[in-house]
Amino acid sequence: MSTTETIATGTDTTTGTETTTGTETTTGTETTTGTETTPADSSERTRGPRIGENAPRPDGVPKVNGEFAFGNDMWIEGMLFGRTLRSPHPYARIISIDISKALAMHGVHAVITADDVPGQKLYGLEHKDQPVFASEVVRFHGEPIAAVAADHPETARRACRAIEVEYDVHAPIVDAELSITAPPIHPDGNIFRHMFIRHGHPDSPESEGVVAVEGDYEIGMQDQAFLGPECALGIPLEDGGIELYVSTQWIHADREQTAACLGLDPEQVRMTMAGVGGAFGGREDISLQIHTALLTLHTGRPVKLQYSREESFFGHVHRHPAKMWYRHSARADGTLAKIEARLVFDGGAYASTSSAVLSNASCFAHGPYNVEHALIEGYSVRTNNPSCGAMRGFGAVQTCFAHEAQMDKLAAALGIDSIDLRLKNALKTGDRNITGQLLSGVVPVAELIERCVAHPLPAMGEVGEMMGRPGGAGRTADAHHIKRGFGFAIGWKNLMFSEGFDDYSTARVRIDEGQNGPVVTVHCACAEVGQGFVTLAQQIARTVLGLDEILLHPADTQVGSAGSTSASRQTWMSGGAVQQACEAVRTQIFASLAATHGVDPETLAIQDDHIVSVDGTFSIPVEDAVANKTFEATEVNRHVQTVRLDADGQGDAHVSFAFAAHRAVVDVDEELGLVRVIDITTTQDVGKLLNPRQALGQIEGGIAQGVGLAVMEEIIVTNGKVRNASFTDYLIPTTLDMPTVTIAALIEEPEPGAPFGAKGIGEPPTIASTAAVAAAIRNAIGRDITRVPVRPQDICL
Amino acid sequence: MTAPQAHSNEPTNDHDVTVGYSLSINGGTHPVQDAWIGESLLYVLRERLGLPGAKNACEQGECGSCSVVLDGTLVCSCLVLAADAVGSEIATIEGLSADGGLTDVQQAFLDAGAVQCGFCTTGLVMSVHDMLDTTPAPTDLERREAISGNLCRCTGYGRIFEAIDLVVTRRSGSPAGAS
Repeated sequence: MSTTETIATGTDTTTGTETTTGTETTTGTETTTGTETTPADSSERTRGPRIGENAPRPDGVPKVNGEFAFGNDMWIEGMLFGRTLRSPHPYARIISIDISKALAMHGVHAVITADDVPGQKLYGLEHKDQPVFASEVVRFHGEPIAAVAADHPETARRACRAIEVEYDVHAPIVDAELSITAPPIHPDGNIFRHMFIRHGHPDSPESEGVVAVEGDYEIGMQDQAFLGPECALGIPLEDGGIELYVSTQWIHADREQTAACLGLDPEQVRMTMAGVGGAFGGREDISLQIHTALLTLHTGRPVKLQYSREESFFGHVHRHPAKMWYRHSARADGTLAKIEARLVFDGGAYASTSSAVLSNASCFAHGPYNVEHALIEGYSVRTNNPSCGAMRGFGAVQTCFAHEAQMDKLAAALGIDSIDLRLKNALKTGDRNITGQLLSGVVPVAELIERCVAHPLPAMGEVGEMMGRPGGAGRTADAHHIKRGFGFAIGWKNLMFSEGFDDYSTARVRIDEGQNGPVVTVHCACAEVGQGFVTLAQQIARTVLGLDEILLHPADTQVGSAGSTSASRQTWMSGGAVQQACEAVRTQIFASLAATHGVDPETLAIQDDHIVSVDGTFSIPVEDAVANKTFEATEVNRHVQTVRLDADGQGDAHVSFAFAAHRAVVDVDEELGLVRVIDITTTQDVGKLLNPRQALGQIEGGIAQGVGLAVMEEIIVTNGKVRNASFTDYLIPTTLDMPTVTIAALIEEPEPGAPFGAKGIGEPPTIASTAAVAAAIRNAIGRDITRVPVRPQDICL
Repeated sequence: MTAPQAHSNEPTNDHDVTVGYSLSINGGTHPVQDAWIGESLLYVLRERLGLPGAKNACEQGECGSCSVVLDGTLVCSCLVLAADAVGSEIATIEGLSADGGLTDVQQAFLDAGAVQCGFCTTGLVMSVHDMLDTTPAPTDLERREAISGNLCRCTGYGRIFEAIDLVVTRRSGSPAGAS
C-alpha cells in the first residue's frame, strides 16, 4: 500500500502547513487542496490509481486526523456569530416585529428582518416563492423571521429571544389532500404541480385484466440528517461585494439566488465550497446563505452562521411525505394489464423541487416493469408543513414502496410466485416506459432480480442473543415471540436532471511544470459532499493524461457551474467534464509533439504513462512531452437534450436509468411491535466500477438510509409543528441497528454515452431497500403493512 | 434585559460570569480568558483554542462526533462544561498521534474506505481507540455496542467495521493484516 502512504503523507504535510500557518480563513477547500502531493524527491513518485482501481481519498488524511476544515470549522479573527429567529407557529399573520430590545443589547451588531433585504424578497431553486424573511405571513413552523449577528453565540441566542413578534395565529392547512381545494395559503396557490401520465388506453374496457388488487400507501417525512450542520462564513469585500464560504451542493445556484436577494451582480458574490459534512439532497436549496451574506454586508464584518442540530431540522427541506392509491390489474398469466395510481405529495410551505420530485415519482410509479396501460395522476401540494424537496431517491423512493407492495399483493391474488411475476414483466433494453421513452441503455432488471434472490442467505443462525434481537439494548424481546420474515423489492430511477433542464458541468484542466515534474490542476465546482468526486477526478485525469500528480483546485465560482451534487449525476456530468477537458489538453499535447517531433497527432495515444504512436515507432513519457510547457482547456459537458412531459405525461424526459434490487431479512417481535433488520442482500446496475471500494461505501450507506426510512426515521409533525427536531428523538440507524449488507452482484455492463460506461450509484441503494424491509415485515407477521416507517403500533395493534 | 457588562466576545447579562482558566490538553496548557462560564468544552476547543477536530453534529450527546478523552474516559465534549474540566487531562484527536503521523486506527480507516464526508470520523477514531484499549479483540456485538454512540450517515458502518477488523488483525501480528 505504498501508494496510499505516499499520497497520505503528502496530503497531511500540505494540509498541516496551510491550516496551522493560519491563512486567514481556514476552510475545507483549502484543506482539500492538500492534494498538492509533491514528494520531495521525484524518484519517490508512485503511480497513482487509475479508473477501476481502489483509489485513496485525497482528503482522507485530514479527515482522519481532524485537520480537514468543514464549514463549521471556519474561523477568522473578529468574526461575529449569526443566529436566526424562527416562527413558533406553522401558519400566522405577523402583526408586528420589534427588534429594538435585541438591537440595544451589548454585543449585538445587527438585527435584520425582511426590511433589510435590498434585492429580491423571494428566492427558490425552481420557483421563487419563499421569502428571505417572513414579513406578513409565516407558513411553516420554523420559518425565518429575523437574523442576528453578535460577538458571542450565546449573545446572539439571547438577542433572538429579545425580538418581540406579535402573531395572529391561524389554523394551519396540514392535510395535502384537503389543501388541493382549500383557500390558497400563498399568492401562487396551493398546487405546485398536477400531472397525468396516460399510457396505452387506460379508459378502454380491454385495459382491464382478470385479477386486480388495490392499496393505499403512506410514507412519512424523512430527514437527510447529514452529520455536519449547515454553516457559512461571509467576509465583506472592499468593492461592496462579498466572499462567501459555504457547505453546499451547488454553489452556482446558491450564488445566483443570493446575489439576486442582495441586489448585487453575481460577480460581486464570490463563493467557495467549504468542507461539506454530508448532504443527501438537503443542501440543494438555500438555507443560511442569504442570511449570512446580509448580516455580513450589514455589519461590514465577517459573520459565521451555523445551525445547531435543532435548527438544521427546521432549516432545510425534507423527503416528501406521500399518500398513494394504487390499483394493479393483470391478465391470468400475470401480464400486467393496467396500473392506476393517484399520488399526493406534501410539498410543505414552499416549492423547492416539489414539481420535479412529483414528476420522478410519477415516471417511475409503475416500477421497472412493462405494463400495457397506465394512468398515473400526481399532485404535489403546498401545506403549512415543513418544506420538502430533494432527498436521495427523489420521488422514486415513495412510489417504489407502493409498487413493490402491489406486486407482492398481485402475485398472491394470482397465485403466482412474486419473483416470477416480476421476472415475467421485467423491463429490458428496447422496451418503453410509460412516458413512451425508449429504454436504449442498460436495463438488467431480470438479471438483478435473479441474482439477488439466488444468492445464498447469509449465515444468520437462530434468533440472536439479547442485544441482537428486536428492541436491542431495551432487552425486551422474548426469543419465542420473534418471527423471521423475508422480503424482496426492486426499484429504479433516472440519472441526471430531467424534463428539458439545461444540465451541464464545467471543468478546467491545466498542466504546469511543478517542482518535481508536471502537475495537473483540475478545477471543477462540483460539490464534494463525501461521495468521492475528488477521488474520481484524480483517477480520470491520471487515466486520460498518464500523469500522476493531480491537484484539485478549490471548488468555487471562478469556474463555470458543475450543477448540483444530486440526481446521481456528478460521475457522469462532472466526471465527463473532467474527462473532456483532459482529452482537450491531450489533443494540445499531441499537437505540440507534432510540431516538435514531426509525428502525426492523429496516430498518437496515451498508454499508461507514455505517449505512443499506433504503429509503435514513436514513444515518449508523457512527463517528458509536457516538460516545461503549459496546457489548459475548459470543457462543458452536456447530456442529451430531454423534454418536458406533455399533457399526457409523454416524452423522453430522462437521460439514463439505474436499477437496484434488495432482499431483506427481518426479525419481528409481534407482541411488542419491534423489528430488527438482520440482512440486506443487494444487486445493482453500475455500468462500470470506477473505484470499487468507494462504490461499496455508497451502496452500504444508501441502504442504511433506506433501512432507516423503513423502521425508524420520521419527522413527526403534529398540526404543522415539528415534534422531534433532535438526534434524541429523530432516530437514524446506529451500528446496533444496521443489518449486514451482502452484495450479491454488481452488474458492469457499460452504459452507452456515459463516461467510462459508469452509471451513478448513489441513489439506487436507497430506493428499494425500504420496500424490501416492509415486505419482509409483512412476510413475518402475515399481515399488510401500508405505511413506512413501520411503527410498533402498525405491527402489534 | 439588564445593562450589559463591558467585555468583548462574551455574552452579556448581569447573571453571567466570565472566567479565565487553563485547560490541560494533549499534554500542553491552554489558557482561556474572559470566557462565559456556560461554554461547553466542545465550544472552547473549537472556537477559542483552535482545536476543531472534535465536531459539533448534535451538541446533545447523541452523535459522538465531539468525542474526547477526559481523564482516561471517553466523553462527549459537548456535555462537559469547559470550566469544569480544569484540572483534568484532556486528549483530543489533534494529540492522538505522538509523532504527527497516523495511528493504526486512522490508517485502517483510510485503507478500508471508512471515510466519506468525514464529519463523524474523528469521533469514531477516538471511540475505536477507546474500545480497542480495553477490548483488543471485540466480538461483532461488542464492537457494534462500543461505537453505537457514534452516528455516521454516509457509510452504513460496513467499512468502519472493516477498519476495526484491520486494526485488530494488524495488532495481533497476523500476516493477514499486513498491507
